[in-house]
Amino acid sequence: MLGLGDGWILAAFIIIIASTLLCVIYGILNWNKGSNESDAESKEWLKEEIDIEKSL
Amino acid sequence: MTPLLIIFYLAIVTYLSYLGFKKTSGASDYLLAGRDIHPYIMALSYGATFISTSAIIGFGGAASIFGMSLLWLTALNIVIGIFIAFVFFGKRTRKMGYHLHAHTFPEFLAKRYKSSFIQKFAGFIIFLFMPLYSAVVLMGAAKFIEKQWSVEYGVSLFFFTLVIAVYVIIGGLKGVMYSDAFQGTIMFVGMLILLIVTYNILGGVTEAHQSLTDMSVGTLAAKGHMGWTSMPKFGSEFWWIVVSTIILGVGIGVLAQPQLIVRFMTVKSDRELNRAILVGALFIMVMTSVAYLVGSLSNVYFAKNIDKLEYCEINGTLKELCTSSTIITITDKNIEKVKQDFPNAEIGKKIDIHNGIDHKISYKGKIAIKSVGNSVASVIPLYIKNAMPKWFGIIFMLTLMAAAMSTLSSQFHAMGTSIGRDIYEQIFKGKKDTEQRSILISKFGIGFTIIISGLLAYSLPTLFSKGSTIIARGTAIFFGICSGSFLPAYIGALYFKSITKAGAIAGMIGGFISSAFWLILIHGKEAKVFGLAKIISGNDSLLGMPWSVVDPLIIGLPTSIILTIAVSKFTRKLDTNHIEKCFKNIS
Repeated sequence: MLGLGDGWILAAFIIIIASTLLCVIYGILNWNKGSNESDAESKEWLKEEIDIEKSL
Repeated sequence: MTPLLIIFYLAIVTYLSYLGFKKTSGASDYLLAGRDIHPYIMALSYGATFISTSAIIGFGGAASIFGMSLLWLTALNIVIGIFIAFVFFGKRTRKMGYHLHAHTFPEFLAKRYKSSFIQKFAGFIIFLFMPLYSAVVLMGAAKFIEKQWSVEYGVSLFFFTLVIAVYVIIGGLKGVMYSDAFQGTIMFVGMLILLIVTYNILGGVTEAHQSLTDMSVGTLAAKGHMGWTSMPKFGSEFWWIVVSTIILGVGIGVLAQPQLIVRFMTVKSDRELNRAILVGALFIMVMTSVAYLVGSLSNVYFAKNIDKLEYCEINGTLKELCTSSTIITITDKNIEKVKQDFPNAEIGKKIDIHNGIDHKISYKGKIAIKSVGNSVASVIPLYIKNAMPKWFGIIFMLTLMAAAMSTLSSQFHAMGTSIGRDIYEQIFKGKKDTEQRSILISKFGIGFTIIISGLLAYSLPTLFSKGSTIIARGTAIFFGICSGSFLPAYIGALYFKSITKAGAIAGMIGGFISSAFWLILIHGKEAKVFGLAKIISGNDSLLGMPWSVVDPLIIGLPTSIILTIAVSKFTRKLDTNHIEKCFKNIS
């Protein structure tokens, strides 16, 4: 099939396409999931990160 | 035309970096902007950091030897490098990183296990071994420039490293997501064009594959090669290289890449990670599979079009180009004169009469690697130079510059902070001016690692024998060492509350030592370079086949896993309050 010499390679093609589809579907289904949080802790972390980046 | 395009491209990259910086340098910072950024930008930025010239030139070249079996690496890149990394590692890393106030990967592990030794040790591994990875990324780009514009490798490497250094210094180091995403887009389009044109040249998808399937593997059969559209023979030398080093080594190793892990912490919420999975998977699929498909299919092109290539044979070595050559066709009119310098001259053949040096045109070689003078890194560059239109060479160079820049900027950042924040600051903790000095050391570290990486990239081709997959190997070595040293401790940090500080340290040290031992004394290609095994046993490796082709990952990772679990069973658990703090809001 597709001029390939080995079922293993065909399997790789199929897994590549299937896993990409899985990721695309997962991304679509969860597009708005995982709250758009920005709590105090993450803001504090970000402030520290900014200081480090600025110093560099 | 070419220099203008490159200047134009660099101007856009610089402008976007500046824009990202300026837009947010007032009340907030560009990192803050990075948090509200569109998932497309985030995913492409991650993808552009993930995929480098190593994947395109190095692994693309390796595919010209090992064939489409490398597509299994693409499958792992998507399943492990995107899906598992984002869903199972990214979300927890982000939350735990905030709880622990961790800003580098070594710091993350150290704070999770309450051990400053872990931070220093992990920082040491990054600072010591990451230059190898950045060197092969530089090498990939420099090799392309060398072939495309016929300049010396050393010259192209020097100028490319210089451009990267300027970019890293003026463009910022991390969070330059706009320019990363712009570069990611160029990479994506460039690779798509390459695939479409390649299939077109070779007569369509099925016909191209069939031509490749029909090609004879010749002497490679002895190493287990079963054809470019088949897996190598189970248990053979090629099977071990493909499966243990390329597919598993790189496919699994991506989970323990320090410069990628820190990116999870810079996103605003799990939502951004969910969205990035979609774009990221498409990006990685196209980037890697095109490189491996084109690398494999280049064999068909070279076999069919070999007469179009001209080589010089100088002192028995094939060279792709004769510098300052003067090529003439031998005719009955000039043969007598030519024969004075070239006694074997024949009518109808071409010959280089430049300065009368003893070299001649040769049309030897059939498969890609033979056609390009046994230099794996030259396969993709010479394929593009010969098979693709001239304008594509320029587009592709921009693609490679993009791939190299986005990866290298993250690498140099990781190496700089490892020597400053993770090593120096931890050693001199509590002493006067340590923090200020640590920043200086980090900056020095960045400059130092740029120079070291450039020098390594210059010397690597001379250390390994002709035909070696240097770029793919260099990448796999670093990925393997990261897996063996960090992965069990990292997974333990995210998922297993019972892993102890001593268990994590034992796993890291054990994984590192066993990987290094295997690399230096057993794994043939590297052991030969180190030469220690030769001194001890008289052979390039202390062990014979198949051990000499089994990747260090196969030894280092299980060793590390066993030690992490076993030592954790018998050592003191971390206190409950700390564990609760780490796992807060993580279910």
